[in-house]
Amino acid sequence: MISTSHLSRTFRAPGGEEVRAVRGIDLSVAREETVAVLGPNGAGKSTLMRMLSTLLPPTGGTARVAGFDVRTQAPQVRERIGYVGQGHGAGHAQRAVDEVVTQGRIHGLDRAAARARAAELLAALGLERLARRRTQAMSGGQRRRLDLAIGLVHLPELLFLDEPTTGLDPQNRDNLWEHIIGMRRRGGTTVVFSTHYLEEADRRADRIVVVDHGRVIADGTPAQLKQRHAGDRLTLETADPASAERLRGLVAAMDGVGTVTRRGAVVTGRAADGRAALPSAIVAARDQGITVVAADTRLPTLDDVFLELTGRSLRDVGEDPATGAEERGGPVTGVKDREGPTTCAEDREGPTTCAEDRGGPATGVEGGDRVPGQAA
Amino acid sequence: MSAVSPPRRRGLAGDVLIVTTRELRPVAADPFSLVVGLIQPLFFLLLFGPLVVSGTTPGTAHPWAWFVPGILVMISLFGTAGTGSNLQYDLQDGSHERLLVTPLARSSLFVGRALKEFVPLVVQAVVVVLVMVPFGFRPHAGGGVLGLLLLGVLGVGIGSLSYALAIAVREQDWMFWTVHQTVLFPLMILSGMLLPLDEGPAWMRVLARFNPLTHVVEAERDLFAGRITTPEVGYGFLAAGTTAVLGFLLGLRALRAATH
Repeated sequence: MISTSHLSRTFRAPGGEEVRAVRGIDLSVAREETVAVLGPNGAGKSTLMRMLSTLLPPTGGTARVAGFDVRTQAPQVRERIGYVGQGHGAGHAQRAVDEVVTQGRIHGLDRAAARARAAELLAALGLERLARRRTQAMSGGQRRRLDLAIGLVHLPELLFLDEPTTGLDPQNRDNLWEHIIGMRRRGGTTVVFSTHYLEEADRRADRIVVVDHGRVIADGTPAQLKQRHAGDRLTLETADPASAERLRGLVAAMDGVGTVTRRGAVVTGRAADGRAALPSAIVAARDQGITVVAADTRLPTLDDVFLELTGRSLRDVGEDPATGAEERGGPVTGVKDREGPTTCAEDREGPTTCAEDRGGPATGVEGGDRVPGQAA
Repeated sequence: MSAVSPPRRRGLAGDVLIVTTRELRPVAADPFSLVVGLIQPLFFLLLFGPLVVSGTTPGTAHPWAWFVPGILVMISLFGTAGTGSNLQYDLQDGSHERLLVTPLARSSLFVGRALKEFVPLVVQAVVVVLVMVPFGFRPHAGGGVLGLLLLGVLGVGIGSLSYALAIAVREQDWMFWTVHQTVLFPLMILSGMLLPLDEGPAWMRVLARFNPLTHVVEAERDLFAGRITTPEVGYGFLAAGTTAVLGFLLGLRALRAATH
């Protein structure tokens, strides 16, 4: 359904500086797949989506969508895709039903078919009572569902959703996704969505493409990415930093454990099998007379994957608005060139502190196995 | 229900019709907005009119025959010059972007919007003419129809220029209104639509000759008075047509630049 080769987009910033928002992306998406493009603000995911949906011409490489070249056969691509952008797709002075009908007419449905389809979609999305309301009088969640109806009215082969749930509360987010999944199942539509919500990508996508600084840095199913790039996370807390440093050495020497760091009295590490490694670490600590006051292991998250790949937490960088200039397709001003992944941020306090070590021991993390702390 | 991208084969005219219809829908749903647009010209008629009627009425049989056509051009000017702000809003909130991802011809997005200006403008003009008939304004039927057509062409031209400006300064809405205000009032005063320029200083009369609105105003006065074949009418249509063509060209160019 999608195939790109060395796809690139360069913007010229106001000062004349060239900014490479997307740098040679090779990507393929199969029919009926649901693919999440995950990355922080400014990573290049929206620029990628905008190129694939013909909004922005690439400055390098090629991309074929639904069998057509986005640069030379853009009209054919547009006939076959639906697009829900970051902004509101419906005109503010328009009535909800009119916008859906108009979209259907644009795509060649006759008036009766467009009206029938609009009524069906508005009912399915819980908007039938708001059909004649002006969109400017609708809430953010309602407008988002309307955008989805507009994107789906012509039964597209491929639906692009550019950060579809940004700004929505969790309930509205879930609600919107229920509709997307339901319609995807019924229509067999291929869905490509961008997001910086980790849970959203984890739960909703068949496959995740992690983008950072304009490049694909990982590609696979959520389970594959976690297995390949993260490993279980161990957290052990001691009574004092001195014993924690001794514990760090012990844990680092264990088989199957890597990337062991300490922050204050807390030691964290990654293990191929956290359930096996945690008791061993606790026993080793007890044998050395080290008191472990809390211990925890949990399954890796996509944030762990991102951290492993880039040395940064997606949760942190995702909130940084300063790097998001190209997300709307305009010139990018805040992206610096960066070669290869790093594992630890250098600008944190202390020489052994890594980016993930924020806020003490992990407790109650979803999907995790908690082991009670033991006293020596 | 399965994913089927429907066949879509429609010409440019069909696309323009869809866009124009979409743009007219909010106006039809809320005709009160047309009434609001008439408040200012009606105040001019109410407060300026008596001065003109009792004073200068250059070269016309009835003072309203001089004043009302000028007010109609004023409606065309003010009613359409600000319309670019709607497009600017759509550019900023994403609804224009959504249309760019549809199979609509890009040019239809612009032309359809510009043509939409024709309808509300003519409706407003008809209302003003009808309001003034009881006060003694007697428009020539054939000339009046041509006058409305001329107004529509001018409105499409000014609307196009307004859209072109909106696209060009889409990231700075303050710039749109700055240019709007800076350009509009000199154009209005130098067109002689409210006050005659015949007795004005020479430099004003020279500038007025280069103002396309001057020729449209003079053409409207001739048309509503039934003088359909005068050179002024020809110059008026030429000025309005040139404005429309220029507006289309600049607007399409701005749209093309904005999407690349």
